[in-house]
Amino acid sequence: MKVSLAWLQALVDIHLDGRALADTLTRGGIEVGGIEHLGKGCEDVWIGEIKALTKHPDADKLQICQIDIGTKTLPIVTGANNLQVGDKVPVAVEGAHLPNGLRIKRAKLRGVQSEGMLCSTEELLLDAALGGERSQGGIWILAEDAPVGGKLAAWLGQEDTVLELDLYPNRPDCLAMVNIARETASLTGAALHLPDWAQEDQYRGSSLPVGTETGTLSPIPGVAWTRDCAIEIDDPDLCWRYAGLLVEDVRIAPSPDWLQQRLQAAGVRAINNIVDITNYCMLEMGQPLHAFDRDKITGTVRVRRARAGETLTTLDHVERTLEEGMLLITDDAGPLALAGVMGGLQSEVTSATRRLFVESAHFAGVSIRRTSRRVGLASEAAARFEKGVNPYGAVATLARVAELLLELQAGRPVGLVDTQAYLPALPRVNISVRHTSELLGYLVQSDEIEKILRQLGLVYQKSGTEEFSVEIPSYRSDLRIEEDLIEEVARITGYERIPTTLPQGSQTQGRRTQEQEIRRQLRHLLVGAGMHEVLTYSFARVDQDALWGEAAQAIPLLNPLRDELRTMRTALLPGLLDIASRNRSRRNMDLSIFEIGSVYQAKSAMINELPNEILRLAGVVMGKTKKHWHAAETPYDFYYVKGLVEAIAWKFHLTFHYHVPERSEVYHPGRSAEIWLGNAKIGMMGEMHPLQEKQWDLERAIVLEIDLRPLLQKGGAGIRVSPIPRFPAILRDLSLVVREEIPAVAVNESMRKLGGILLQQVELFDVYAGKSVPDGYKSLTFSLRYQSLDETLTDAQVNKLNERILAGIQQEFGAQQRN
Amino acid sequence: MVVLLEEVRRIKEETLKRFEDLESLDELQALKVKVLGKKGELTALLRQMGSLSAEERPKFGQVVNEVRDYLESAWEDQLKRLEDLALQSRLKAEKLDISLPAAWLARGYQHPLTRVMEEVEDIFLGMGFQISEGPEIETDYYNFEALNLPKEHPAREMQDSFYITEDILLRTQTSPVQIRTMEKLYPQLPVKIIAPGKVYRKDDDATHSPMFHQVEGLVVDVGIRMSDLKGILLNFCQEMFGPEREIRLRPSFFPFTEPSAEVDVSCMLCAGSGCRICKHTGWLEILGSGMVHPQVLRAGGYDPEKVRGFAFGMGVERIAMLKYGIEDMRLLFDNDIRFLQQF
Repeated sequence: MKVSLAWLQALVDIHLDGRALADTLTRGGIEVGGIEHLGKGCEDVWIGEIKALTKHPDADKLQICQIDIGTKTLPIVTGANNLQVGDKVPVAVEGAHLPNGLRIKRAKLRGVQSEGMLCSTEELLLDAALGGERSQGGIWILAEDAPVGGKLAAWLGQEDTVLELDLYPNRPDCLAMVNIARETASLTGAALHLPDWAQEDQYRGSSLPVGTETGTLSPIPGVAWTRDCAIEIDDPDLCWRYAGLLVEDVRIAPSPDWLQQRLQAAGVRAINNIVDITNYCMLEMGQPLHAFDRDKITGTVRVRRARAGETLTTLDHVERTLEEGMLLITDDAGPLALAGVMGGLQSEVTSATRRLFVESAHFAGVSIRRTSRRVGLASEAAARFEKGVNPYGAVATLARVAELLLELQAGRPVGLVDTQAYLPALPRVNISVRHTSELLGYLVQSDEIEKILRQLGLVYQKSGTEEFSVEIPSYRSDLRIEEDLIEEVARITGYERIPTTLPQGSQTQGRRTQEQEIRRQLRHLLVGAGMHEVLTYSFARVDQDALWGEAAQAIPLLNPLRDELRTMRTALLPGLLDIASRNRSRRNMDLSIFEIGSVYQAKSAMINELPNEILRLAGVVMGKTKKHWHAAETPYDFYYVKGLVEAIAWKFHLTFHYHVPERSEVYHPGRSAEIWLGNAKIGMMGEMHPLQEKQWDLERAIVLEIDLRPLLQKGGAGIRVSPIPRFPAILRDLSLVVREEIPAVAVNESMRKLGGILLQQVELFDVYAGKSVPDGYKSLTFSLRYQSLDETLTDAQVNKLNERILAGIQQEFGAQQRN
Repeated sequence: MVVLLEEVRRIKEETLKRFEDLESLDELQALKVKVLGKKGELTALLRQMGSLSAEERPKFGQVVNEVRDYLESAWEDQLKRLEDLALQSRLKAEKLDISLPAAWLARGYQHPLTRVMEEVEDIFLGMGFQISEGPEIETDYYNFEALNLPKEHPAREMQDSFYITEDILLRTQTSPVQIRTMEKLYPQLPVKIIAPGKVYRKDDDATHSPMFHQVEGLVVDVGIRMSDLKGILLNFCQEMFGPEREIRLRPSFFPFTEPSAEVDVSCMLCAGSGCRICKHTGWLEILGSGMVHPQVLRAGGYDPEKVRGFAFGMGVERIAMLKYGIEDMRLLFDNDIRFLQQF
C-alpha cells in the first residue's frame, strides 16, 4: 500500500516528516518498507516561458531560445522543433540532476552559450500522456496556466512523500487511507479529522428496512432508498452484502489535478472521473467498487454461482468460459461481471454512459481467490477481497462516492439499494489489567490501558478497576481475543517498555539426544579426516535418483520448483555427484566431500501417511592428496574411502564387514564393496561404474553411501576396558604367497583362529605381486603379535604356534612361505 | 718404590697431557679404559705392589688411589668439555629452512550452515534447552492448522508450499515441531526446546532458496512473560554476535503467536552506527517471536488458562550470511570447494 503524506494529512494532523512517521509506524507494527520523494530530480526544474526563438547561426537543426524563468531570462540552445514563442516549458537549470540521471551543466553549443535544458516528459520520467499532442516527441509544452517562475514539481503536486507499507496479513484494514489515519493518530497522538462517511460503523443498520417506502431518505445525505434496481443474493455464503448507488446525469471527463495527483502518488493511473472516483474511494475506504452502465443492466441484479458453460467477455476483451461455482453478478440477460475480480465488457462505462450503477459489495475472499487464480486475473479488487474487506464499509463508501460525484459534477446520485444477507455482530473482547501485566512482564496500570483504548478510538466499558469490556469496531477484524488487545497495549506503549527477565521456573539441563550427539561426532570426525561438508537440495532428478536410489519408493511433488526436480531424493549420491561434476568443470580437480542428510521413502504406493525419513551419510572422493614437498602426492582410491569407513567404525566402537557386491549398475563391479553391520547391509562404497563416470564427467571417483540409523542405535554402546598385558609380546613376520583371488581377510581370519588366544594381533603390512612372485599369485606379509596375560612366552612356544599356523594355511589356501 | 712412584707420576702427567689433545668422546672413553680400567695401566702398577715392603704398600696404594681419583675427576671435566664441543658442533650443523611449508595435515571444513546451527544449539543447550526434531515432510494439520492457520487463512499465502498430496507437504517452517513436542511432553513442565531443521518454500533467487534452515524455539511453563522472551533472546544474541549487542522488539504478526514481535539485533558490523549491511538503520532483523497463541497451546494439549509460553524462530541462512558476509544465498548450496574452504 502506497500512502501519500499529502493525502494522509487531509485525514489526520501529521507533525512528523516522512522519515519520522515511517519510523513511528514501523515501531508500532505497521512496517514501512520504503519512502519515496515524488519530486526527486525535479528540484532544479522551473516553469519558463519562451520569449524569443532564433535560428542557431552555425547549425541548421538547433534553435536559441530566450527563456523567462521569473527571476531572469536564460539563453538555451535546443534541438527540439515543437516550440513556439509564448510556450510554457520545463527548464532544468545548471546543477539539476534529472530523474533520468542526466546532470545539467552550462555549455557552449556550436559556439553559443546555453544555460540549461528544456525537458521532455521522458527525461522527467513522467507519463507522456501528461503532455498532450504538441509535446509528442519533443519538449513538454505545459498548460497555459502554468505559473512562470514556479517550480515544476510544486505545480504538478509532486512535492509529496509516499510511504510504502509492507502489511502483515492480519491488518488488511491498513489498505485504506482512513484506517492508516486512525493508526497514525493512535501511534502519534495526532488529531484525526475523519468526515462522516469514514465512520463505517454508523452505517451498520442501513439496509432498507422491510416495508420502507421507496423515497425514504437513506443514510447518504440527499439520496433516497430506491427499489428501482432489485438485488437478489442467491449465494449468501459467498456474498454477505450487496449495495449499489444509482447515478444519473453522468458526465464523463478527466478528473481534476488534485485527484489525479493523489491517485498517481498511490500508484494508480488516472482514467476518467468515474473510474478515478471508484479507485479513489477504494483507496480511501478499502472497499472495492465497480461502476456498471445502468442502461446496460436489464431486470434484477443477481449474485449467484456460475453454471457450467456460461461465458462472459471481461473488460480486457477476453471471452471466458466460466467454471461452475465461480461467483457472478448477473442480470436477467446473463452474466454481467466476475464478482470481485473483473467487470464485463458489455456493461462497461463508456463516454456514452449517462446512468451508473455503482456496486459496493462484500464477497468471500476464499471464492474470489479461487476464481482469480482459475481465470488468471489478479486485480486490485480481487487482492483486497482475498485479504478481507470490512462488510460494514459498503454503504459508507458509497456515501463518499456520492459526495465526490457531486463535487466533481460527474453525476447526480439518486438512489441507494443495500441487500444484507449476513452482517456479523461486532464482538466484545475483555482485557484484564492483571493479565496484561502478567503476560508482558511489567506492571501496567489501569489508567494506562484506558488511555491506550481511547487513543485507539475503541469504545469500552469498565468493570471494576481491573477489567475492560471493549467493543471492537468493524475495521479491526484482527482483534478477537484478550491477547490481541494486550498486544495493542504493548505496541502503543512501545515494545521498548518490556524489560528483560529470565524464566522463573525450575532449572532444566540442556542435552543432545544420543542420536544428535552421534550425528555431530560423525560430522566432526569426517571434517577432522579432511573431508568437506556439503549441503544439497532434498529434491532430485527422477532418472538419476532411480539409478542410485529406490525408484519404487520415490515421492513426487505435486508442484515442483522445476520439472526436472520433481521428486524427493531416495539417495544422497546424485546430489554429491552434481557437486563433484560442477567443481571439476571449474577445475577444482581434487575433492573429498560428504553430506549427512535424509532421504525420503514412501511407505506405500498410495501416499496417505508420512513417509520414512532415513538419515544417511554419503561421500565422494576424487583426485589426489595435496601436492606437497614434504609428502608424496597419492591418488585417492578405494582403500582411502575404506579407511574413512573404518574410522567411523572405530569411532563408534562398531565392527563393519565388507562383501563383494552381487551386481551393480552404478558401482564398478570389481572395485566396490557392500558394508555390513551385524547381519544388515548398511551401505555401499567403491569406484563408480565407468559408464556412470562418463555420464557425470568424472574420473576415478570413489563414492560411499551409508544408512546411519543402525549406527545411531548401536553406536552409543558402553565401553568396557580390557586389562593391559604385563608380559612382553613377541613379534613375528610371516610372508606368504597365495593365489591372487584369495581375499587377504580370509587368510588373516584363518591365522587368528589357528593362533588361538595367544595370538593377539595379525596385521597385514605388505602386499606384493611381480618379480619373484609367480603370475597369478601375490605375496602377503603379516605381522603377528603373540602375548599372554599370564606369563612371558618363550621362543619355543611361539615357534610352535607359528608352525601350526603356517601348516594350517598351507593346507587351507595352498599358501607357501616366501623367503 | 721410587721407580714405581715415578711410573705413577709419569702416567698421571702423560694422561693429563693426552686429555687435552683429545677431540672425540670415543678417544676419551678409550683412554679411560687404557689408564683407569680394570686392565688399565694404574691397575697394572698396583699388581706390582708385591715387590714393595709391608710399610711401603699402603703408602703406595694411597698414592695410586689419589692419582686415580685425580684422573677420574679430570676425566669428568674432559667428558663435559667434549660433550659441550659435540653439542656445539651438532647445533651448528643442524639447520632447517623454517620458512618451508608445514606438513599437510588433513584439513576438512564444516559447512557454514551446520556450523551456525551447532553454534546456536550450543548456546541454547547452555541455557537448559533440549533439542527437538520433527519430520520434514509434514501433514497440513501440523504445519498449518494446529498453528492457528486454518485452510484459506490469508497468512498461508505468506508461504508458497511444496505439496505431495492435498494433505501432505514439505514443512514450510520448523514450527510444527512445537505442536509435536508439546503433544509428546504433555503434561510435563517446563517445555524448553529448540528445533533446528530444513524447511521448504517455493522461492529461488539471491535472497531465497527453495530449501533453507530454521531454528525454532519454544518455552512453555507457568507464569512465562514476554519479558522472559526478551531476556532469553538478548542472552542468545550476545552469545552469538558479541557481548556488546543489544536487541529491540518490534510489533509483528505471526498466526501462532500473540503478541508477536520481530527481533532486531544491533548491527555487529557498524556497532549500530549505520552501514550498508544494516541499510543505515543500525539494526538487523534476525528473529520472529512472540507469546504462544492460546489456540496453539490448546493444540499441544496445554491449558492456556494455566500456562503461557513464548516461541521464536530464526533463519540459519540469514545468520550465516550476516556472520560471514555472504551476499548471495545460492553460494551456500552451490558447494564450490573454494567457498567451502573458507570455513
